[in-house]
Amino acid sequence: MDLNYSTEELAFRDEVRGWLASNLPADLRDKVAEYKELDREDLLRWHKILAKKGWVAPAWPKEFGGTDWNVVQRYIFEEECGFAGTPPLIPFGLAMCGPVLLRFGSDAQKKRFLPRIYNGDDFWCQGYSEPGSGSDLASLKTKAMREGDHYVVNGQKTWTTLGHYGDWIFCLVRTDSGASKRQEGISFLLIDMKTPGITVRPLILMDGGHEVNEVFFDDVKVPVENLVYEENKGWTVAKYLLGHERMNTGRIGGSKRELAKLKEFAGNQVFGGKTLMQDVRFRDKVARVEVELMALEITNLRFLDQMRRTRQPPGADVSMLKIKGTEIQQALTELMMQAVGPLAQPFRPTNGSSDFDDFTAGLAPRYCNFRKTTIYAGSNEIQRNIIAKMTLGL
Amino acid sequence: MNFDQTEEQQLLADSVRKFLARDYDFERRKKIVASAEGYSEPVWAMFAEMGLTSLPFAADDGGFGGGAVDMMGVMEAIGEGLVVEPFLATTALGGRLIARTGSAAQKKAILPALIEGRLKLAFAQTERGSRYDLAHVATQAKRAGGGWQLDGEKCVVLGAPCADKLVVSARTAGNTADEKGISLLLVDREAPGVVLKSYRTLDEQRAADIEFKGVKVGADALLGAEGGALAAIEEAVDFATALICSEAVGVMKSANDTTLEYLKTRKQFGVPIGTFQALQHRMVDMFVATEQARSMACLAASKADTAENADDRKRAVSAAKIRIAEACRHVAQESVQLHGGMGMTEELKVSHSFRRLTMIAQQFGDLEYHLERFSRLS
Repeated sequence: MDLNYSTEELAFRDEVRGWLASNLPADLRDKVAEYKELDREDLLRWHKILAKKGWVAPAWPKEFGGTDWNVVQRYIFEEECGFAGTPPLIPFGLAMCGPVLLRFGSDAQKKRFLPRIYNGDDFWCQGYSEPGSGSDLASLKTKAMREGDHYVVNGQKTWTTLGHYGDWIFCLVRTDSGASKRQEGISFLLIDMKTPGITVRPLILMDGGHEVNEVFFDDVKVPVENLVYEENKGWTVAKYLLGHERMNTGRIGGSKRELAKLKEFAGNQVFGGKTLMQDVRFRDKVARVEVELMALEITNLRFLDQMRRTRQPPGADVSMLKIKGTEIQQALTELMMQAVGPLAQPFRPTNGSSDFDDFTAGLAPRYCNFRKTTIYAGSNEIQRNIIAKMTLGL
Repeated sequence: MNFDQTEEQQLLADSVRKFLARDYDFERRKKIVASAEGYSEPVWAMFAEMGLTSLPFAADDGGFGGGAVDMMGVMEAIGEGLVVEPFLATTALGGRLIARTGSAAQKKAILPALIEGRLKLAFAQTERGSRYDLAHVATQAKRAGGGWQLDGEKCVVLGAPCADKLVVSARTAGNTADEKGISLLLVDREAPGVVLKSYRTLDEQRAADIEFKGVKVGADALLGAEGGALAAIEEAVDFATALICSEAVGVMKSANDTTLEYLKTRKQFGVPIGTFQALQHRMVDMFVATEQARSMACLAASKADTAENADDRKRAVSAAKIRIAEACRHVAQESVQLHGGMGMTEELKVSHSFRRLTMIAQQFGDLEYHLERFSRLS
């Protein structure tokens, strides 16, 4: 047993770290560090920098621009990005639609969409959830009726992250309402968001941020060639996507960075002649999060080691990374807010500014915003269901 | 980076597991616990034969030269079987202190016999007022004649009732809580003036309070440098802490396995209770807590073997013990709760796992003690 990275892995980490240090634009770095909203241009700018370097889609096959990195290198890369505080790579194209097309797409679809996803020419979003279908995704109702060489789509999607930036959306739609099992009548469609009949309506979250949307489809015509895989086989595609590459759900690099920031920040908060980090009650809370994070990092490495050895994707128990990772992220935002005490009250909306100082006034909204992490991407309760059923056999 | 066990580590853990499954099932363990000695001499002899007692000692001392990482699998198996034999007291505490501080002659006098299973040790450290502070030593050792005279009291010395010899921490200079002035003495358990009051512990092991009344030992009883024993004591206790982290993982695994089995078989309202989501999620949390604990047990063992310095080791061991202490209590409490009334009874192993987990959570420093040490070093 050896918990340390090998010499080669350390060299790779240093290469990534060095490159990030000199290629992450200062204005983007500052925006991330100050918890400011990143707009479409910010996100795509970083995407394009990585695309130019050839690092934007490490997991893709080499012929489509992948890096040929092993699972450990991919993990190191993602953690280093998190630790450096880069803008996020929006996963809908690179980590979702891309892998689906690589696995299920026709040659024409691959040729048409993959280079544009890779280069960040199109902004993709995800059309899964509906008002009546959250955790119970297979109950979705948005309908696609075949009419000649088109599908006509009617219905509503919701929680569409960054849908207001979207050029394209991949959707799960019902193509056969009479199927005996409800999973069997679902198809996977690619929809151009400029098509007439699509309306995007913002859902403003409690931190004042515009991040998610409702998307309405009213007689939207989608060419049949935008169907991925077979009609009524969309659930197979969706399941593949859910099981695909769930190794970065712990967000360990990002949490390490936030922890270091919290310790430094709390170490500078002085009251009653001592710093907040000298206050035992506060310090112990920080220490407990730090220990959870240390444990999670090693647990994550154990999964990677197993994947590397067996050349198999992780088992269902990998859901624990999402559960613990999001709990840690939430705890960190909560402590950061608590660190400023009564000064947490002034409010800066995510996309705005405050007459108080912007950083401090952004801490409580950030705490509010991070409540999403245990709800999205399969709520933590769903993750527990998965482990209970698949790992424990309950 | 790899988490592989070597073939040797795997084989040894497997052979311990096999032996325990055959000769140390729950019923046999009950009899051992109820016996006058509270441990089994044949089991101990078997441990020696399998090489467990030689595992952590250097080849020069007649051992295998293994570290904490090499002992992880064994400790996990010991945890699964809820072994009560004084393995930790003899090898990880007493034996390690002698191996680390003893002269060639002292090692030769003790370690071969220990390795062959003919000699057991205990480490007399804790005192009424010391809590977990290893520097708090009030027991006095004064020069007398050509040797030393020992006076004072130790309490809850694990494994003492069956130990042949005691490694005793005593103050040879300074005040009660000073870091300097602590020495280690090797004392015969049956020496005149050594008075034991033996008892059972909650987790069915044996311990004793020991009074030293003018106990005379020779100059050759001093282990290591006079007054400079604290670093070695801290190292040995950290080593033992790393080992009980792995033991805890084994106990938790056993508690989880039996709880999961119970959820699948116990029926109420016409269905297995494991179909209830309220219970499923709690079972998942026990499982996740155990995996997180396992990760930290890896860290503790690894740093016990390869830390760059004492602070690096202490910080990692404390971090591990924080996570393990929490997981011990969580898994213990939930495993009993999910068993319902049956979990309360002596008849099921799970209540015995509960007791061992409860004690591990507080052994060698509880959550709060290690939070303090971890924070100080972070």
